[in-house]
Amino acid sequence: MTAATGIGARVLRTEDKRFLTGTGRYVDDLPLARATYAHFVRSPHAHAKIKSIDTSAARAMPGVVAIFTGKDIADAKVGGLICGWVVKDKHGQPHKAPPHPVMAADTVRYVGDTVAMVVANSHDEAKDAAEAIKVDYDAKPANVDLAKALDKGAPEVHPEAPGNLIYDWEIGVKADVDAAFAKAAHVTKIDIVNNRLIPNAMEPRAAAAEYDKGTGNYTLWSTSQNPHVLRLILSAFVLGIPEHKLRVIAPDVGGGFGSKIFCYNEETMVTWAASRVGRPIKWTAERSESFQTDAHGRDHVTHAELALDKDGKFLALKVETIANMGAYLSTFSTAVPTYLYATLLAGQYTTPLIYANVKAALTNTAPVDAYRGAGRPEATYVIESIVSKAAKELKMDPADLRRKNFIPSTAFPYQTPVALQYDSGNYPPIIDEAIKIADYKGFEARRAEAKSRGKLRGIGFSSYIEACGLAPSQVIGQLGGGVGQWESAQLKFNPTGNIQILTGAHSHGQGHETTFAQLISDKLGVPMDQIEVVHGDTATTPFGMGSYGSRSLAVGGSAIMKAADKIIAKGKKIAAHLMEASVADVVFENGTFKVAGTDKAVPLGQAVFAAYVPHNYPLAEIEPGMDENAFYDPANFVYPAGTQICEVEIDPETGVVEVVNHTAVDDFGNIINPMIVEGQVHGGIVQGVGQALLENAVYDKETGQLISGSYMDYTMPRADDVPSFKLGYKVTPCPHNPLGVKGCGEAGAIAAPAAVMNAVHDALAPLGVSHVPMPATPLNVWQAIHGARAAAE
Amino acid sequence: MYDFHYHRPKTLADAVNLLKGKDEARPMSGGMTLIPTLKQRLARPSDVVDLGGIKELAGIKVEGNNVVIGGMTRHADVASSADVKSAIPALAYLAEHIGDPQVRNRGTIGGSIANNDPAADYPGAVVGLNATVTTNTGKHTADSFFKGLFETALSDGELVTSVSFPKAEKAAYMKFPNPASRYAMVGVFVAKTAGGVRVAVTGAGPCVFRVKAMEDALAKNFSSDAIKDIKVPADGLNSDIHASAEYRAHLVNVMARRAVDAANK
Repeated sequence: MTAATGIGARVLRTEDKRFLTGTGRYVDDLPLARATYAHFVRSPHAHAKIKSIDTSAARAMPGVVAIFTGKDIADAKVGGLICGWVVKDKHGQPHKAPPHPVMAADTVRYVGDTVAMVVANSHDEAKDAAEAIKVDYDAKPANVDLAKALDKGAPEVHPEAPGNLIYDWEIGVKADVDAAFAKAAHVTKIDIVNNRLIPNAMEPRAAAAEYDKGTGNYTLWSTSQNPHVLRLILSAFVLGIPEHKLRVIAPDVGGGFGSKIFCYNEETMVTWAASRVGRPIKWTAERSESFQTDAHGRDHVTHAELALDKDGKFLALKVETIANMGAYLSTFSTAVPTYLYATLLAGQYTTPLIYANVKAALTNTAPVDAYRGAGRPEATYVIESIVSKAAKELKMDPADLRRKNFIPSTAFPYQTPVALQYDSGNYPPIIDEAIKIADYKGFEARRAEAKSRGKLRGIGFSSYIEACGLAPSQVIGQLGGGVGQWESAQLKFNPTGNIQILTGAHSHGQGHETTFAQLISDKLGVPMDQIEVVHGDTATTPFGMGSYGSRSLAVGGSAIMKAADKIIAKGKKIAAHLMEASVADVVFENGTFKVAGTDKAVPLGQAVFAAYVPHNYPLAEIEPGMDENAFYDPANFVYPAGTQICEVEIDPETGVVEVVNHTAVDDFGNIINPMIVEGQVHGGIVQGVGQALLENAVYDKETGQLISGSYMDYTMPRADDVPSFKLGYKVTPCPHNPLGVKGCGEAGAIAAPAAVMNAVHDALAPLGVSHVPMPATPLNVWQAIHGARAAAE
Repeated sequence: MYDFHYHRPKTLADAVNLLKGKDEARPMSGGMTLIPTLKQRLARPSDVVDLGGIKELAGIKVEGNNVVIGGMTRHADVASSADVKSAIPALAYLAEHIGDPQVRNRGTIGGSIANNDPAADYPGAVVGLNATVTTNTGKHTADSFFKGLFETALSDGELVTSVSFPKAEKAAYMKFPNPASRYAMVGVFVAKTAGGVRVAVTGAGPCVFRVKAMEDALAKNFSSDAIKDIKVPADGLNSDIHASAEYRAHLVNVMARRAVDAANK
């Protein structure tokens, strides 16, 4: 091991050289001989009956190779897209599962729903022909407004889900919670909307597929976060191509944030059509298609109540949420507002009784699924909003109220009333550190100084918990998840001593090629430049579950460590043979096998060479070669936790909110590469600030048209929207994985919205403003300040 | 985009000739609006006549009491021009806050005012400073040039060759950017010139407009206090997901006061 590249070192990202010099290879970069190009005809209506589709003129257009409609797909008996997580409702019945056809055949259900695919010799020719396809629609009323989606008489999205209800689910015992509320000294109530977000990965979704007539093999290149899972879904449920005849490659992928976990229509169609067309087919989403059809995130309407005793101890929490599913159930959509949301409602607190009721509703909007944090930002927004509001109502310091209710460090492992058992944590030192870094004591002076400049300054806390590192397979199975959640690794030495780490995780910006190499550099003493991380190809990597839910290091990294242990164990046997020593006496230190108390030593490279050139080798006992694999199934989720403190200044004349200070102190367990962790926290906070102040997916409530369908109207955070962040760490190592690591990919986005919104409310409290909807745009803030007056005029 | 014939003439006369007689021909200056429109297939010109090769159309000159900016002068060149900065710093400030660096290095003043996007910045300065727009066929006063939403006094084949801005005794532009696009959601250009005081508002309505009541008040007392109670009616102002008409009307007052304060600094 070298300290410069081992665990804890700020190693520059090896992958950045190609990303920053334009030599990354993305799906759209693929040079495929004789390629054709697909373009999709999409519904301009949120809800309509397809009366007829006339493709005759389009088929005669120059360059057109083929045109497929929903009828062709139905005739070919292609399966529908699946929802891979069965949530049972409060009566024990599985959720309603309306069909999700790969291409709409008789009804379109959101603006952007696919109606036909044109394949042509060029993209322009495909677009020209798409314009010549005549679709006769019979427009129907659309169900767009989530708050009214379940009302009687709301337009029905699918007949299979009467009243648009996918499930009415609950956790906790309502009667017990009600009894606690009856005895409460104080009850705090909130009504909040968790605004809908559009993921906006820098690289739009793309797919390219090729069919080899000679072998009958398909290859799909896709912008997937989990190529093995995508292949499994396509093989087992949708296309019926046997897994061994379908290779899925996710090469360099430019960001996902969850939106590239799912199996989508377009990649399915491109694969299916490749064999029919007999030539490779390429498709890359245009940005407006990404806005319209990437699975969106969040979108909850929630009423919550917190019961407290006279001293401010939390007695019980009651939460009612309507969660938007969109027009079809995306791959993991059902799990997000249940097992990734309601199970987190204990937060960092000892709240003994919690009841949550979640109703999942269909609407005529794009499907909604996991997006950075997935359920946990929604839970944190509920808890941390209501806790801060309770502190205001009780005239208590928001930090003190939190401290009073934190789970004590002596209580771990801690069983929450909402299923999860937190493995480790120590919350008070985190908030203390955050308060120190943020100079909380000096805040009132800063508020007064801001006031002298005509600005309203506010401060907000958010103490989050998340369950990530998905996940113990058997728990997932009991909760209705359709897959295992272990991860795989293979360590393959070459005879010359360099090594490939093959992982089932997938990097689409996270820096695995650096972090995973650091693990091996540290553990086996191999220099970084002798290590290659291979991921994203079902033909070369072991079956794995991919990357999402902050799982790559905690689960994938643990698999790598297990495989490394096997390498060391085998190496010891080889070294013992070479040193003529007993295996029990061999130790492995800094990349070298040694016999304690002697000067005998065999470097790992020598043992590896001996394994591949086994001339002097214990062949009777062990096989040649140095190639080990491991599968790691975690014993529990991991539970990163932290506190963010945000300070904002508001211009009361314009309603503009400026984030002027933002502190985050996190417990991610042990940290492998602090620079990469900082990057994850920075990016996460920016996305959280984006949700709190800027981003909002807005549909016209009547027509279902996506109004915020481009960067002209969808506000992405920019560098000048945020200050330099102040970060800190506290470490309680995870007790159940070999690295002692938790996850860091989602934390920033989970905690930040509540911190920002609490700061906004704190700033506006002197004006008597009690609620500002998220995002706190200038308009929303101004209306909160002046709305009543303007309405009266 | 759809196919079109592309031309890059070297002289204004050639450009005018290329456009003549072709109903579906479009001139292109910086292309900052036209190219996205073409890419989205929202326009289908037969010919695109790129004015980028016409050297005579670009450049900045000081002529007596006026700063004359060629139609094909890029925003970045206006923003960094020593002549503009010294004669009318508010104009350089405005140019420096249009779009992003890519837009400022492509977009031109002629293209901006000929397009007359309701959220563009330059119309505020042209009306606020009472500039004169010169074309290949004549001259237009600022007040007669901007006709309505994406509508100007330009006839077919008429190209903006330059814009002449009188130097200002005091001037400032205050912009409230749309949070997403950073176009002007409300932009107010306030100027005190030899010709009097003008208050021009862009972004708030379908087209740039003046606020006479503010101009009259400021002519008597050029201070923000003088206009603090002058409200513009919300009727007819733009309304969208970022700002209601009422909010825009409110912002006109706020931005106007801030512009006056900035002009007095």
